[in-house]
Amino acid sequence: MAGTLQFDLVSPERRLASVQASEVQIPGADGDLTAMEGHAPTITTLRPGILKALSPEGAKAYVVTGGFAEINANGVSVLAERAVPLDEVTPALLDQLIADATEAASVSVDKDAAAKAMADLLAMRSAAGH
Amino acid sequence: MPSLKTLKNKIASIKNTRKITKAMQMVSAAKLRRAQEAAEAARPYAERMNAVMGGLAASVGKSASAPRLLAGTGSDRVHLLVVMTSERGLCGGFNSNIVRLARTKINALLAEGKTVKILTVGKKGREQLRRDYANLLVGHIDMTEVKRVGYTNAQSIARDVLARFEAGECDVVTIFYSRFQSVIAQVPTEQQIIPAKYEGGAATALYEYEPSEEAILADLLPRGVATQFFTALLENGASEQGSRMTAMDNATRNAGEMITKYTTIYNRSRQAAITKELIEIIAGAEAL
Repeated sequence: MAGTLQFDLVSPERRLASVQASEVQIPGADGDLTAMEGHAPTITTLRPGILKALSPEGAKAYVVTGGFAEINANGVSVLAERAVPLDEVTPALLDQLIADATEAASVSVDKDAAAKAMADLLAMRSAAGH
Repeated sequence: MPSLKTLKNKIASIKNTRKITKAMQMVSAAKLRRAQEAAEAARPYAERMNAVMGGLAASVGKSASAPRLLAGTGSDRVHLLVVMTSERGLCGGFNSNIVRLARTKINALLAEGKTVKILTVGKKGREQLRRDYANLLVGHIDMTEVKRVGYTNAQSIARDVLARFEAGECDVVTIFYSRFQSVIAQVPTEQQIIPAKYEGGAATALYEYEPSEEAILADLLPRGVATQFFTALLENGASEQGSRMTAMDNATRNAGEMITKYTTIYNRSRQAAITKELIEIIAGAEAL
């Protein structure tokens, strides 16, 4: 049986979770990764997506946008610019995020990055089931 | 000697003032608690952020390819000072202390022949700085409508500042705010945020970076700036309420003292008037 690791999820405004988890699925900028006990120390940036933490009490999912995750011997800390528990996510919130991204894309010089962010958001919306 | 009527009116008016200052003190006490909670809730994020940035900055910062936000533009000719103050007055020396610190810095920079630009956040600081440095003010961010400071407020300030930096309008960015130490002590603080200075940070060579260290740093630096603004906003919020609480406590006590003083004078002059009338009556009776 695999051990557990400390999982912290913080946004600038509050700490959303600080629990023991058996595995944490992170939407990394270069692709998803799953952190379990003994994972190599890693720092990765996040893309907009769904972060899942599996713990003995059950799975919890959060919608995150931007930020980074740090995996080390003590556990995983995810610093997300925005993080919302999946069951509190409403279509209105997702629309808001997409509207923000569209606005950001219209002024951004880096069209590729903006397009990628949009694609990530749309993928996230379908994954969130709205 | 003021008449009894004026004294009575004066006492009544001071009593009303005391009621108001007392109420303001209690409101700030409640707001202070909320502000402190918000500041505490934001602390883990800022701490982790600074730790990771410190590590990244230590390993990438020295290389030639380091982002400009970290390494600077190579000159320090144009300084942008972001002075963060409150939107409302009646909070003791809170705004003046921040402005005084900024003023010292502005004068020092001007004496060195640097160009100074001032961006104000909060109405009170703008009013004070406009008197002496009206031509240096380049912008103002209005927080009047903001009921509860959120990360989005910090982001919009950061966007404004970063846009100016990217456009080459400034080389060094320093923020001025008040750090909350306790209800009676708020320390005006200046902090340089561009080029970023991160303390400590070692032993990060152990990490694997995805994508690369440079890419992560480039992504995180703007967020770091926003985080610092957010911390400053929250500290400022707590300081403002703490400062107002102390100021209003003093005002309430002062009003109390004045009421005692004027009541004594009132009673004494009332007594004197009665005595005088009695003497007049007795003297009148004796004259008959």
